[in-house]
Amino acid sequence: MVSRNIPVRETILGGAILVLMGLISTRFAGFVAPANLANVFNDTAPLIILALGQMVVILTRCIDLSMAANLALTGMVVAMLNVAMPGLPIPFIIAIAILLGAFMGAINGLLVWKLAIPPIVVTLGTMTIFRGIIFLISDGKWVNAHEMSAAFTGFPRAAFLGLPVLSWIAILTVIVFGLMMSRSALGRSIFAVGGNPHAAVYTGINVGKTQFLAFTLSGALAGLTGYLWVARYAVAYVDIAGGFELEVVAACVIGGISIAGGIGSVGGAVLGAIFLGVVKNALPVVNISPFWQLAISGSAILIAVAFNARAGQTKGRIILKSAEGSV
Amino acid sequence: MTDMTDMTVNTRHVPNRLNSHAYRTLRSWEALLLVVAVAIFVLNSFASPYFLNAWNLSDATYNFTEKGMIAFAMALLIISGEIDLSVASIIALASTAMGLAVQYGAGTPELVMIGLSVGLLCGAFNAIFVTVLGLPSIVVTIGTMSLFRGISYIILGDGAYRGYPDSFAWFGQGYIYWVFTVEIAIFAVIAVIYGVLLHKTNFGRAVYAIGNNPTGALFSGIRVQRVKFILFLLTGLMSGVAAICLTSRLGSTRPSIATGMELEVVTMVVLGGINILGGSGSIPGVVIAAFVMGLVTFGLGLLNVPGIVMSIFIGLLLIGVIALPRIWAMIAARRSQT
Repeated sequence: MVSRNIPVRETILGGAILVLMGLISTRFAGFVAPANLANVFNDTAPLIILALGQMVVILTRCIDLSMAANLALTGMVVAMLNVAMPGLPIPFIIAIAILLGAFMGAINGLLVWKLAIPPIVVTLGTMTIFRGIIFLISDGKWVNAHEMSAAFTGFPRAAFLGLPVLSWIAILTVIVFGLMMSRSALGRSIFAVGGNPHAAVYTGINVGKTQFLAFTLSGALAGLTGYLWVARYAVAYVDIAGGFELEVVAACVIGGISIAGGIGSVGGAVLGAIFLGVVKNALPVVNISPFWQLAISGSAILIAVAFNARAGQTKGRIILKSAEGSV
Repeated sequence: MTDMTDMTVNTRHVPNRLNSHAYRTLRSWEALLLVVAVAIFVLNSFASPYFLNAWNLSDATYNFTEKGMIAFAMALLIISGEIDLSVASIIALASTAMGLAVQYGAGTPELVMIGLSVGLLCGAFNAIFVTVLGLPSIVVTIGTMSLFRGISYIILGDGAYRGYPDSFAWFGQGYIYWVFTVEIAIFAVIAVIYGVLLHKTNFGRAVYAIGNNPTGALFSGIRVQRVKFILFLLTGLMSGVAAICLTSRLGSTRPSIATGMELEVVTMVVLGGINILGGSGSIPGVVIAAFVMGLVTFGLGLLNVPGIVMSIFIGLLLIGVIALPRIWAMIAARRSQT
């Protein structure tokens, strides 16, 4: 199984995060207090959810650059829906967000599957199209906090067993994706498609369809995050989460997901997201200007990809063999 | 069903594009683009009375000149099977470096040198990661895209550099002759240089060969990594040139300068008929694509369409130009089966 090879990379990344937190705590001890760590986790929750969706797509040798635009469009739609019909129950809104997100992801997936257009072109295109549509439906206006209902904005912040619902949704997503990737046929075929598409075809896996499903999954998660994001920050406008798609890709790359597909793990994606989350939250604490963040995540991507490429070359083959063995 | 999937897998691999049929479609692609460009021109002149005005058209060229300069270098890079998503961030960093130099009293020649060198250095930085360390260019340039712009943010924060010397304004605001701007002249010169480089030199043949089959190219004696290194350098250099023009035109530098321009550059290249998977395409195609995009943006602008709605058109254009020939080929294949 895949898990045999992965922990090495995950342990190194986990260790790096612990060292980082140790360094931060020498400057500001309060950072590692459980309450603050819970805050950091909650702040990182959207990134974690999105990174899982991106991971699935990258594993199948694709990339989804439209995630943040999908998030923003879904967020705007549910916010406008809430303004128009404040009585709409939250589960219904969440269902709409997931379905709408999945629909947009499916458009990406269909273009990649049926027309074999390179994923980067498809999602660069849909990224601008989705953003443009937000402007069209909202007329460039903002949906502000006072227009949204209390239930709508309150849901992600409601505390449950000491943690906000937002954090719980992230944890639940991690568990579901962990099980899906390791225990379901779809999860295994996602690895197989990325590891060796030709071999996957001969084992009876429909490569294009698997990629389509991966895009639909990432779209669904982007949609879900769209509602959570808009509700948490209590505002929706055209540019929310602008440029966030790159942070999501960064989380995956840092987490050891190979951009060439087939190599990666749920744990890696989550740790990659947490690494970026810790950096982001620590900068103001240790008196570094938040303007450093972009350069730091850029450097982290470069270091991680250089590191993973060296470590991954032999491991990729081992994973392939064991994946072929288990399918 | 198995046949279907088999087909999908195969289409993902770069087929041999040196056969005559591919050349014919390539030719017709540029012809098609030219027709589209003329059609847009005619439509625009009917849609708005302000379109057919030499000075307005001259202003409209700014919509594509800076992007076009980068697009030529990007075209070669994409033909060779690589991509550079950091070009807009290189512009930001080069522009920031020039703005910083102005604060220390640099004159126009120094500014030009600085802009070009920063571009070259950034290109070399990308090139080292891709060719020496052998990393995929898409991840590397997504990383440097954050890094280069990140450095601009570190230097500038939420501030801005102004106070460029008056003579520096020539690049982005000057005219060579009548309505012909300095930028369109630079654009034309670069187009000719890249056209010759790609279509008339051994280097250009090597670029095609690498894009079609890197291993084959290596075995036939082409120094694949060195060619790719040069292509990244050229892309960086062109981003430096674009940075000089854009900074000179705007007269100020913010770290958010040219955000999202990489997308428009890639769109321009793909619209110009360059295969995104590498191996085929031509410089004349990119030139026409630049004009098409410039005319579309200018025409929509005259009709008061907001910029973000134009981006829908750009996105649709990007997907459409790739999707339509494939849909057409699918229909043709289905017809020939029955």
